[in-house]
Amino acid sequence: MNKIVQIKPDQVEDVGSLYAARKKVYPQSVFGTFRRIKWGLMAFCLGVYYVLPFVRWNRGLGAPDQAVLIDLPNSRFYFFFIELWPQEVYYFTGLLIIAALTLFLMNSVGGRIWCGYLCPQTVWTDLFYAVERLIEGDRRERMRKAASADPLKLERISEIMLKHSIWLLIAWWTGGAWVLYFTDAPTLVKELVTFQAPAIAYIWIAILTATTYLLAGFMREQVCVYMCPWPRIQAALTDEWALNVTYRYDRGEKRRSVKKANELRALGLPAGDCVNCYQCVAACPTGIDIRNGPQIDCIQCGLCIDACDNVMKKIGRPTRLIGYDNDINIQRRMAGKPPIYGIVRPRTIIYTALIALVGGIMLYALLTRSLLDINVLHDRNPVAVKLSDGSIRNAYTVRFLNKRSLDRVVTIDVDGPPYAVLHVVGDDSITPDRPMVVLGRDGTTELRVLVTAPSEKNSERSIPIKFRITDIGLGEVASAIDNFVLP
Amino acid sequence: MAESELDKVSGKTTTGHQWDGIKELNTPLPRWWLITFYATILWAMGYWVVYPAWPLLWSYTRGALNYSTRAAVAVELANLEKIRGDKMIALGAASLADIEKDPALLALARARGKAAFGDNCAPCHGSGGAGAKGYPNLNDDDWLWGGSLDQLVQTIQFGARSGHTKTHEGAMLAFGKDGILKPDEIGTVANYVRSLSGLSTRQGYDVAAGAKIFVENCTSCHGEAGKGNQELGAPNLTDKIWLYGSDEATLIETITIGRAGVMPAWVGRLDPSTIKALAVYVHTLGGGK
Repeated sequence: MNKIVQIKPDQVEDVGSLYAARKKVYPQSVFGTFRRIKWGLMAFCLGVYYVLPFVRWNRGLGAPDQAVLIDLPNSRFYFFFIELWPQEVYYFTGLLIIAALTLFLMNSVGGRIWCGYLCPQTVWTDLFYAVERLIEGDRRERMRKAASADPLKLERISEIMLKHSIWLLIAWWTGGAWVLYFTDAPTLVKELVTFQAPAIAYIWIAILTATTYLLAGFMREQVCVYMCPWPRIQAALTDEWALNVTYRYDRGEKRRSVKKANELRALGLPAGDCVNCYQCVAACPTGIDIRNGPQIDCIQCGLCIDACDNVMKKIGRPTRLIGYDNDINIQRRMAGKPPIYGIVRPRTIIYTALIALVGGIMLYALLTRSLLDINVLHDRNPVAVKLSDGSIRNAYTVRFLNKRSLDRVVTIDVDGPPYAVLHVVGDDSITPDRPMVVLGRDGTTELRVLVTAPSEKNSERSIPIKFRITDIGLGEVASAIDNFVLP
Repeated sequence: MAESELDKVSGKTTTGHQWDGIKELNTPLPRWWLITFYATILWAMGYWVVYPAWPLLWSYTRGALNYSTRAAVAVELANLEKIRGDKMIALGAASLADIEKDPALLALARARGKAAFGDNCAPCHGSGGAGAKGYPNLNDDDWLWGGSLDQLVQTIQFGARSGHTKTHEGAMLAFGKDGILKPDEIGTVANYVRSLSGLSTRQGYDVAAGAKIFVENCTSCHGEAGKGNQELGAPNLTDKIWLYGSDEATLIETITIGRAGVMPAWVGRLDPSTIKALAVYVHTLGGGK
C-alpha cells in the first residue's frame, strides 16, 4: 500500500468546494397579520390531528365506533359514514388526484400556500421554533449563545436540556396520535399508559418521535430546500398571474438609510422605501433575502411581510413593500402602470373544473357503490367433469361480499347453458333449484357451487354463464359472468 | 514499474500504474471499511464456535448452541400441530354428515383435506382429483367402491387391493391370458360391452354370441344388466365413464390381461381426523353420493 503523502497547500490547485455548508437559521419573532394566520392554522391543523381519533361515530352493534379508523387486521377503512374494503382502494387514488389538483389550484392563485401555512414540516418546525424562542430567547440571544466560546454553565445546560425535552415530548405526542388512527383510540391510550399496548404501537411511536424530532428540530428548512420535490414542481407550474410573496423593486430601490431618504424626499427627489434594515431576512424561517426575487428556498409563509410592515409603520411609509403580488405587476409598476390581478383565468377555471369533475365522479361512485357483490372462480383442474349419464358439470368457487353491517339471506341462480342445474355444496335448503345462502355481516362467504348441464343440449365448447344473487329482504342484486366449459 | 507521483489537483499520490497515459489515483480503502471488514472476520470465527461449521470425516463440528435446522423444523411442525390441535379435535369429534352441514367445519375440513390431498393423493389422482387412465376421477359421480362419506372413509383407510386385511378385494380377471376366453370371443364380448352403453359396434359382430359370453363370464361381478357391483369394485358398464378407456382395442386389452389397480391403505399413515377431512374434501369435489 502506498503511503499517503502530506502536501503543502500551495501545491494543490484550488478548484473550490462543491459542498455548501449549512448556515444555521435563527428566525426572529414577528407580529402581524400573517403571523396570526399561521398561529390560527397551526392550532387548527394540530387540533384536527390530535382530536380526530377520539371522535366517535355510531355504526351499530359489532362495528367499530371510531369516526376515522384504519383497521389493518380486518382490512377496513372507516371515515365517518364511509366504510371501504381493500379492493376499493381506488377511492384513495381519486383523493390523491384531488389533493394534487388542489395543490395546483392553490399554487396558481396564491403561490406556495401549502408550504407556508399547511405542510406538516412547516407546522411542526414553526412549533419547535416557538419552543426554542420561549426557552432560549429571540434571534440575537440565540445567536449570541450559539457563538459564545465560554464553557457551558449550568443555566445554559438546563436551557438546552429543557428545550430538547419539550421537543421530544411534542415529537412523542405526534407519534402517539399517529398510532391512534389504527385502533380504538381510548382503549389504546389506556393500554399505552399501563404499558400493556402491543410492541408495534411503541415501535411506531418511537419511529415517528424520531422523525418529528429530527425533521422539525434539526433538518428544518433543509427539508424544503433539498429534500422536497414540490418547490421544483411549483416553479414549473407557476405563471405570471400567480400571487407570490414579492419585494416591490419599484418602491424599494434604491435602498437608503431613513435619514438620507428623508433628505432626498425633502428636495423632491425620488428615494427608495427599503431602508436595508434586514428585518425581512431576520424573520425568514429559511434564512433567505426575499429582495433577491423569487427563489426555490422561499416557502412563502408571509412572515417577511409582517416584519417589513412593522418597520414601514415605524418610519411612516406605506406598508406592503413586501406583499403578495404577481410577476405582471412587477413589470407594470416599473413602467408606472396600475397593477392588475387575474384570479379567474383559464388555468384556475380548468383546475377548479377538474377538481369538481373528479370529486363528482368519486361522489357518484361512492353513492352508487354496491354493498352486495359476487366473485366467481372457475375450477382449473379439472375444468369440466363428465358424469355417468353423459352430462357435464363445472365447479366454481364463489365468494359473496356483504358490505352491510347486518346478516342477510340471498338466493343464487344461473343463466347461460340450457337446462343448467345449480347445486351449492353443503346446501340442504328447501328451495334446491334456487339455493338460499346466509351471508354474515360485513364480510365474505365462500362456497363451492356446481353447475350441471346435459352435453347434447350444449354444442358450444364454452358458454357464458351468469351467476346472480338476490337479497330476499332488500332486493339488492349482484351478478358475475364466467364460462361453462365442455370437455 | 512506473514511479508513483503527486497529483496536484487532488493532493494525492498515484498508484504508478499507467494505461495509455491514464493514471490512477491511489485511494486506499477507508479506515472504517477496513475495520468493518476485519470485524466480520472476527465475527465469522465466533460463528465457528457457536454454530455448526467445519466438516469432519464422518460428522461435523456441532457448535456450542447445538443448533440444527432439522430440529428447528421439527419444533415448528410440533407447534403447527398444537395450533391445529383444537380445531382438528373438533373435526374428529363431529360426525361426517354434521361436518358438511356446519359451514365453519366444512371450510376447515375442505382446507385441511385439500392440503392432505395435495401431499398424499395428487401423485395418482391429480392435483384437482381429475384422475388419469387407471386412476379414477374423483370429481364425477361414478364410484367403484361407493361415493358416500362412510364408503370414502373406508376406501381411504384400507385402500383397494392394498394388502391390508380390511382392504377392498376383487379384480378383473385376465380372461385371455389365463385361457378362459379365446381371442375371437374376446373381440365379440368387447363389442357387446360397447353396445351396453350405446357405443358403436363393429358391423356384423355376433350379438347373440356376445350376450352369451357376457352372461357366462361377466355377470357374476358386473351384474346381469352390466350395472356393476360396488362390493366387488366392478364398474358399471352401461354409463359414460371408463377408467381405462372404451374403445375396442382397450376393452380387448382389459379383457385379455385383466385389471387390478392398487390404492394404498392410509390408516396408520394419516391420523383419523385427516382421513375424515380427506373424505369430506373428495365428497365435496362434486360427485359425492
